[in-house]
Amino acid sequence: MSSAEHVSNALRKTASGIRGFDEITGGGVPSGRPTLICGGPGCGKTLFGIEFLIRGALEKGEPGVLMSFEERPEDLIDNTQALGFDLGDLVRRKLLVIDYVKVDRSEIQETGEYDLEGLFVRLNLAIDAIGAKRVLLDTIESLFAGLPNELLLRSELRRLFLWLKEKGVTAIVTGERGTGMLTRHGLEEYISDCVILLDHRVTAQVSTRRLRVVKYRGSTHGTNEYPFIIDTDGITVIPITSVGLVHHAPEERLSTGIPALDDMFGGAGFYRGSSVLLTGSAGTGKTTIAARFAEAACERGERALFFAFEESQDQLARNMASVGMALARHTKSGRLMSSCMRPTLVGLEAHLSGMMRQIDAVKPDVTVIDPISSLLTASAAPDVHAMLIRLIDHLKMQDITVVMTSLLNETSAPATEMGISSIVDTWIDVRDAAVGKDRRRELYVIKSRGMKHSRQVRELTLSDAGINLTDLAPLAGSSMRPVGKKRVT
Amino acid sequence: MAEAAKWSTALTDGSGQADDDGDTGTAEPGAMWNLRLYVAGQTPRSLAAFANLNRLCETHLSGRYSIEVVDLLTHPQLAEGDQILAIPTLVRKLPPPIKKIIGDLSDVEKTLVGLDLIARR
Repeated sequence: MSSAEHVSNALRKTASGIRGFDEITGGGVPSGRPTLICGGPGCGKTLFGIEFLIRGALEKGEPGVLMSFEERPEDLIDNTQALGFDLGDLVRRKLLVIDYVKVDRSEIQETGEYDLEGLFVRLNLAIDAIGAKRVLLDTIESLFAGLPNELLLRSELRRLFLWLKEKGVTAIVTGERGTGMLTRHGLEEYISDCVILLDHRVTAQVSTRRLRVVKYRGSTHGTNEYPFIIDTDGITVIPITSVGLVHHAPEERLSTGIPALDDMFGGAGFYRGSSVLLTGSAGTGKTTIAARFAEAACERGERALFFAFEESQDQLARNMASVGMALARHTKSGRLMSSCMRPTLVGLEAHLSGMMRQIDAVKPDVTVIDPISSLLTASAAPDVHAMLIRLIDHLKMQDITVVMTSLLNETSAPATEMGISSIVDTWIDVRDAAVGKDRRRELYVIKSRGMKHSRQVRELTLSDAGINLTDLAPLAGSSMRPVGKKRVT
Repeated sequence: MAEAAKWSTALTDGSGQADDDGDTGTAEPGAMWNLRLYVAGQTPRSLAAFANLNRLCETHLSGRYSIEVVDLLTHPQLAEGDQILAIPTLVRKLPPPIKKIIGDLSDVEKTLVGLDLIARR
């Protein structure tokens, strides 16, 4: 092998096919080498390995061998069926071979010298039977538990990994997390080309899964922890920090559905594909404004997707009907789609993934998220921030206009930690202000990038005739804000 | 002494009558023993195991045993059935229950214990 060949072989990567993983590793796992996946029980390492084999077989034309030391083939097939994996089908189509190696300590009586050539024979047979290019060994720990001679086992494992390299297969080996070491038996000593750590923890009653590339020889890799989820589509890794700012900027403007509000934006409304934040305390009309924007989109013949964290679809329709909106009509026509879910129902990553999936399926023109502050009930502010960045980027890349409402006072600690107000293009604040004995809603456009907007505080009124904005009535006595001439900029 | 030039399914027969005894673990007087030795090619260790096995059988099971040698290099597909991991592995097929021991059988005591064979003498 020439040295040039050798170098290029060392850097080649095999795409795993697992969503998000190939992104954060710059192409997948190292080709022709073993990769170690370690983690505690239930962290998803077996599943990772299985999905690696399945995607290889179905999507990359690489058949695989699953050598299982722990679970029987029937159990493996059953357990992965719930995740939409049909291992039995792959076996029938000769895209997968499952070899269950039973390691029973009670059966193993040592009478002298031996080696583990039987393992090599079986693995070789399985690989040659279908021309496999991918191998999963799950889990090596079982060998340590079953075989009494650890020195022998270690030397045979060393031999096995060399053999796998020579055979030219890309292998994934799972190992159990150890205390003080990455794995219980120090497997990272033998498999040092690529080591991935999976973690599964429960914080504030919400479970999160994280993946970290501990080591990747010959490749730069993100060293962060990346959240991932396991659902009916297998594993999805969410590379929340890897999004660059490469959006183009549409020129088109969309009406807010409220003429008086459009007036505050130069008579035109929001930019298509922009992000809008509506802040204000409870009952100030944020949901109403957001819903009206969605309705206006539907009236234009566009599609709207409404994510509600606090109200059900019917509740929303009923409440909006009281201000002259007829949302049910658009729901029926299919232009308005709603997704209503309590934020505590699933983990943040699952929310993000679910929302992105719905966005990709529905392909709306506008999206409403009401309210984003609800997400803080289940997760920490920095995590919510990261999630929203990812979501906003995802929407911007598809020119989907998003309106988000938030209950938070933007100067409060959680709000600044969540830090969305500096990211969004347009920020509207609605306050509940006292005027003598009465209260009124006051709306103010704090910012709107790239356009002239009114710097006037206006009164927001909601009636069954609809939503309206009027100049503030002059106040007797001390005024909250100076009332100038009616000025529409 | 058996010829060990090539493994294929070499059979060593300590000719004797087959006896249908019940499936007790210990060797019934007169029960026919069926032993299978798994190897992978002709290595010194495999040859040693075969030699040790022969000696042991002649000593303790004279006249009522048969040894079958399975070379996994020529018949790799046979490894799965008996769940072979280590080489050499000796499987006691008859009388039941099945017993499996690994190693070159140089430790006679352990081999006898593993096979559940009461030493005569």
